[in-house]
Amino acid sequence: MDEPINLVLFSGTDDRLQAAAVLAAGAAALGKPVNIFLQYWALDAFRADRIARDHGLAAEAGAAGREAVDALRQAGQASWADTLRQAKDLGGIDIQACSLSMDLLRIEQDDLDPLVDGVEGVTAFYLNAGEGQLVFI
Amino acid sequence: MATLEITTTVDAKGLSCPMPIVKTAQAVKSLPSGALIEVLATDPGSVKDFAAWCRSTGNELVEQSADGAVFRFVIRKK
Repeated sequence: MDEPINLVLFSGTDDRLQAAAVLAAGAAALGKPVNIFLQYWALDAFRADRIARDHGLAAEAGAAGREAVDALRQAGQASWADTLRQAKDLGGIDIQACSLSMDLLRIEQDDLDPLVDGVEGVTAFYLNAGEGQLVFI
Repeated sequence: MATLEITTTVDAKGLSCPMPIVKTAQAVKSLPSGALIEVLATDPGSVKDFAAWCRSTGNELVEQSADGAVFRFVIRKK
């Protein structure tokens, strides 16, 4: 069995989450297991009542970046949440919330979008990560 | 030898990376081994992506062509 690809999502802006969703979906399409660990502002973006809202862009995007992202979206690009939903249908993607971040942001599991499979600590995350590559976004 | 017919077409025109591959992977899942699937895509990365996806997954890239901005791939499921 392939070693998993492990994505640690920290940032909660739409562009970084989109980049992460693309990496996850590509790996899933190749049949690789993908572990996603949600920390801080990325976790906040996965709240059920916030997942569809505008989460802004990374500071380096600027006005021209905003325009480019909007144009791609208007051309029909799937949102990061939709990209993850479709990729999850392929199987192999497991999304876990960081328990420390859950405490920090005062989030209960019921507050999270169904994309999130569960809550775990960093030790469980490393155990599941095995020898696979780890990407921090 | 019987010629296999294309049974499924994935229209991924207008979708950006990686959705053409994701849609194709979804469609292939439900098909029997040996089935032929046609994919139409406009993502310029799809030429290299479909070659890489087929090589990695063991599905066979039977045909590849371009008509203007539309790429067409025919894939035989492993």
